[in-house]
Amino acid sequence: MNIEHLYRQVIMDHYKRPKNKGLVNDASYLLIHYNNPSCGDEISVQLKLDDGIIKDIKHQGTGCSICCSSASVMSITLMNQTTDHALKIINEYYEMIKGYPFNPEILTGDAIVYQGVAQFPARIKCATLAWKAIEQGIKK
Amino acid sequence: MMNVKEIRKLFPIFNQVKPLHYLDSAASSLKPQVVLDAMDSYYEKLGVNVHRGTYQLTYEATDLYEKARSTVADFINAATDEVVFTRGATEALNMVAYSYRNILKPGDEIITSELEHHSQLIPWQVTAKKTGAKLVFIPLDKAGKITVENFSEVLSDKTKVVAINHVSNALGYETPVKEITRLAHEKQAIVSLDAAQSIAHQKIDVKELNVDFLAFSGHKMFGPSGIGVLYGKKELLNDLEPMQYGGEMADDVFHEYATVKPSPIRFEAGTPIIAGAIGLGSAIEFILALGYDKIHTHLTKLHQMLIAELKEIKEITLYNETASHPTVTFNIKDIHPHDIASYLDQKGVSVRAGHHCAQLVSRFLNVPSTLRVSLHIYNTEEDLFVLIDALKEAHQFFSSF
Repeated sequence: MNIEHLYRQVIMDHYKRPKNKGLVNDASYLLIHYNNPSCGDEISVQLKLDDGIIKDIKHQGTGCSICCSSASVMSITLMNQTTDHALKIINEYYEMIKGYPFNPEILTGDAIVYQGVAQFPARIKCATLAWKAIEQGIKK
Repeated sequence: MMNVKEIRKLFPIFNQVKPLHYLDSAASSLKPQVVLDAMDSYYEKLGVNVHRGTYQLTYEATDLYEKARSTVADFINAATDEVVFTRGATEALNMVAYSYRNILKPGDEIITSELEHHSQLIPWQVTAKKTGAKLVFIPLDKAGKITVENFSEVLSDKTKVVAINHVSNALGYETPVKEITRLAHEKQAIVSLDAAQSIAHQKIDVKELNVDFLAFSGHKMFGPSGIGVLYGKKELLNDLEPMQYGGEMADDVFHEYATVKPSPIRFEAGTPIIAGAIGLGSAIEFILALGYDKIHTHLTKLHQMLIAELKEIKEITLYNETASHPTVTFNIKDIHPHDIASYLDQKGVSVRAGHHCAQLVSRFLNVPSTLRVSLHIYNTEEDLFVLIDALKEAHQFFSSF
């Protein structure tokens, strides 16, 4: 275990300067709320779907750097994807977080830096909270 | 003075895990070898059931199990039939709240507080909902303490139950239980006390506190997990409806109904937690051999030192500087407790981050979560130096991004 495998510059950049943060007052968005009861982290994710394509993602919440940054990374990773492909990406992300082999052709970009989380079992819930939220929204 | 080096030798984990700066004893204490040996000995030499058998091994197992009950009874100054073995404090507290579903009526009031662990709060929330009784919260003072004065504000003729903690698991404050119980009894209300945090730190005398029910867990007092105790006054226990029915507790069984035995067997349906009870008995002997005075002296010194060191770090907000028990709850400015805890873990420092199963405390403090350091007899000044250095490094690390 090396702390620098967990806290990568990319992650901390997303934590300090998150993308797509802030909810919108627009009824065409689906709103999903998720929390982690053991640590008090909570996140709201908004999802705008159009003809099976993710047109927009917004998020807002309180949590640790891993949790908040992963919401930002989730939003840029899944933006403009079809819902079918998004579910595949989400699944590969879960595999990677658990330390299992994953398909780097499906899961690409900044999300890869969360590989280090697998060494920190206590933080898996943090890294997946926003992803669980959007997964639930897509499957609704 | 206490020789911590010698005491640490009694805990085998210090030979197994290095480095280990264990600062989470409020969650669970470490286990000494004598407790493990006592449980192993039962499994190796007996391993059979209690109460039911007609052979030598089962007599011996029953003796050990019932001897553990006597040890608990003596330890808290109760009678043996007032000591029920449970799975833990959580189960014990649930048993009391569950039984009161048959007793409370709409309009009755249950007094509790925002300091309660979820195991004391939620069972009464459910009982209140099912009976139409009302949950009433003691207004905490500015620091977050329960005071006799504030308790008196909510006590009324409607009060039937007072369900509170002896020592807060999140803030380390001691509740003035004796005086609160006296006042509650004037209104004919019963007091159910969560003693999970206090029992490993101070002598508990149920006659002196005069509470009606009291619950604690073995694993926070050097015993195994999976064993706990419900103490109840004899005259009340036999009125409580058991939460579970089954073997051994049944007295006379017919087609349509069965009668049940008196306490404590009344509440111990099925094969009990035999090795756990024996382990708990051994843990109590371990505490008695150390002596509460020595434990207290050692921990007071470390506690004061820790507070002084934390106050030196200007980015730290301390939430319970005046705690009577060695539990310190704090945050570091702009860094989430989970991030700090992961950093500390790399240095072998184990702390708790979150809301400590007492979410109303986080709401009271108006923070999503906190860091908690809690101490016990095996902790050393070195543990605290390592913690303080690691906190400073963590602050630097997370500020570097």
